[in-house]
Amino acid sequence: MMLDMRGLVGGYGGNDVLKGASLSVAAGEIVVIIGPNGAGKSTLMKSAFGLVVLRQGHVRFDGEDITNLRPDLVVRRGMSYVPQENNVFPSLSVQENLEMGAYLRKAGTAERMEQIFEIFPRLKERRKQTAGQMSGGERQMVAMGRALMLDPKLLLLDEPTAGLSPLFIEQTFERIVEVNRLGIGILMVEQNAKQALAIAHRGYVLAMGANRHQDSGAALLANRDIAEMFLGG
Amino acid sequence: MDATNLLQLLVYGVVLGSILSLGAIGVSLLFGILRFSNFAHGDIMTFGAYCAYAMVTGLHWPVWASLPVGMAGAAAVSVAADQLVYRRLRRTQPVILLISSFGMALIVRSVATLIWGPQDHSYVKGIQMPMRFGDIVVRPDHLVILGGCVALVVAVHLFLSRTRMGKAMRALSDNMDLARVSGIDAERVIVWTWALGGALAGAAGVFLALDSRLTPMMGWSALLPIFAAAILGGFGKPYGAILGGMVIGIASEMSTAVLDPAYKPAVAFAVMIVMLIVKPTGLLGARR
Amino acid sequence: MIEASGLADYGVFLLTLAAIYAVFTLALNVQWGMTGLFNIGIAGFYAIGAYTTAIVTTPPDAGHLGGFGLPFAVGLVAAMAVSGVIAVAVGLITLNLRADYLAIASIGIAEILRLIFKNETWLGNGVRGLSGIARPFSDDPLVYLVVVLAVLGLVYWAVERARLSPWGRVLRAIRENELGAQAAGKDVFRFRLAAFVLGSAVMGLGGALYAHFVGFISPEAFEPVFATFLVWVMLIAGGSGSNKGAVLGAFVIWALWSGTELLTAQLPASLVTQASAVRVLLIGVLLQVILLRRPQGLLPEEKPKRLR
Repeated sequence: MMLDMRGLVGGYGGNDVLKGASLSVAAGEIVVIIGPNGAGKSTLMKSAFGLVVLRQGHVRFDGEDITNLRPDLVVRRGMSYVPQENNVFPSLSVQENLEMGAYLRKAGTAERMEQIFEIFPRLKERRKQTAGQMSGGERQMVAMGRALMLDPKLLLLDEPTAGLSPLFIEQTFERIVEVNRLGIGILMVEQNAKQALAIAHRGYVLAMGANRHQDSGAALLANRDIAEMFLGG
Repeated sequence: MDATNLLQLLVYGVVLGSILSLGAIGVSLLFGILRFSNFAHGDIMTFGAYCAYAMVTGLHWPVWASLPVGMAGAAAVSVAADQLVYRRLRRTQPVILLISSFGMALIVRSVATLIWGPQDHSYVKGIQMPMRFGDIVVRPDHLVILGGCVALVVAVHLFLSRTRMGKAMRALSDNMDLARVSGIDAERVIVWTWALGGALAGAAGVFLALDSRLTPMMGWSALLPIFAAAILGGFGKPYGAILGGMVIGIASEMSTAVLDPAYKPAVAFAVMIVMLIVKPTGLLGARR
Repeated sequence: MIEASGLADYGVFLLTLAAIYAVFTLALNVQWGMTGLFNIGIAGFYAIGAYTTAIVTTPPDAGHLGGFGLPFAVGLVAAMAVSGVIAVAVGLITLNLRADYLAIASIGIAEILRLIFKNETWLGNGVRGLSGIARPFSDDPLVYLVVVLAVLGLVYWAVERARLSPWGRVLRAIRENELGAQAAGKDVFRFRLAAFVLGSAVMGLGGALYAHFVGFISPEAFEPVFATFLVWVMLIAGGSGSNKGAVLGAFVIWALWSGTELLTAQLPASLVTQASAVRVLLIGVLLQVILLRRPQGLLPEEKPKRLR
């Protein structure tokens, strides 16, 4: 397993949001976390990135223990994270946003940026524009582009389609599949569970900070109980 | 009050404004990243001015050659204050940093007084021959100040828009959390921001002393108009600070046409108050 | 014998000033300790209080406004009233803004007031200042010390009651969680304004006590270092939020501050002119040490038990 999280207990400021949750992502996999509000979905994902204080359990990435490691050190090991909100530098141009994503890169920034522009041609057209002036969907592309600049092995996405129009939601999922085809593993939290499970290899259903179900994306989509609870019938 | 006099006041205003701008850029940059108003900034200016003064009198260097020494001295004090005190207080509320910087202002000022004495100094003895452009009188020092300020502002612009560190500063100012998850070493960028802000303060101090006289209270007196400039430009926006500095400088000097010059410092403050009431996000800020 | 009585006089002098500073520290505790308002314009309200009582209580003088020759007690009340009214105006403009803006605005207002007292001769006789501000009852410093201690006791009693009252609990709630207090239906702005005005009025009172003690005031007496900074160091050293701490901090820091005077008296003659810089330096360093080592102060704030 590329990412392996076992028996996580922890949260923010002494309140445990996670109560023994576990999760794993294999190389090149798309894994989706779904569940009701307050289940700890985002918290579980952030705990992979050192953004949550873990009291118990461990996080392994590429065979190495990274439990409670600082975010800037996690990034160096090949994991990138796109927060749900405030995920671009609004006063910086698109190009500068991507450059900040490549801050740790020693060389090859320009080539990598061209590769990103191939996935998101729209960003190339708008490379000089300030990110703060772009639409929600375009900002999401900037955010993903920034996270991909370091050529990560695993990309964490926190509700990448939140607040987007149906057209942009579809486009965003298409981009995610495209990124995955480059061999990058994806772990995401999604409210649009149906569409997310449709592109996912595997999914986890989380409730009250612990695992409820886990199965392949297709099986979860077909599961009647899950459908009733989380997929809107 | 005729047109010539007003034009003359405008010249003084632009000179003062460019000095205030240099100070306000530093205040604004630091605020953008650390979310606190550095009350020691004025006294860092004073310290830089004294460092340059030491070169001018000790080694008989010309003022322009002493300027980098003043900037380096002020930058060193800024970084030292951060590493010794502010860095350890960063996890508490920003107001604690503010109180601490208030104390730091006094420490820096007393150290300067202890080294160089409480009396006034000036860089160049004797009276300079003023230059006349029609009826407008300009001192050679004014040209040095203006030229120096323009050069530094251009340098800062290039730094912020072209270099990796400059862009990282703007990124940190935009969104500290995102900068950290992008792998930017925030602590390193913060140290560089202190160095840059301090160096600009040092330059502002040298120019201020060149414009009038060098006294231990010089920087503290300039702090209020500098804050006014930073607020006017929208705290955290270095480009706004330049505009704010110009507006405050020109408004202060032009006000002497109708007001007692003793109230010059109050004008800066009045402009700031109006701004706070009308548009607290600053001239270049977004509407709330 | 002469030396002993001289020492006693010096003791009375120090105690009186410490008690006056304690009044300021309690006032600042209402604003900062209890409510979280960052006022560094203490010098401004200090000046307003001092000038108000001087104008109200001194005999008539053609050179400036007043004097009205009214009694000491009227002077104190007027000092509080004028400070309070000006605080309302300042508060209406600044209290809705971020803490930084209040800080900058408060120091700016203090500076403008100093300029006004300095330049408007008709008001306070300009740089020459006002003199002949008499002490009440008797000229004996010991009597005045008793008066100041009585006023300090009264102020302590009042602000301690305010702290423990439901009103004080709301202030603390606002300081700790503004949105929560708002959600609970509290008009946050009104509570803040009330605390700011109360604190500023007490600062005016402190200024008045000072004026009657020294008998002479001028704009130069209101340099921000002495008026504002020392009060802040006192409150933080004592323990902001705690009224006992505020009073203790005032006496301890004043003792230290006066002690540094004895220390700097030992300096070689060539450095005597620098003595005040050394003292300010020591106090500045002391503040940093307190903030780093013991930010809660000597007597930390006691959290009142939660009501069930």
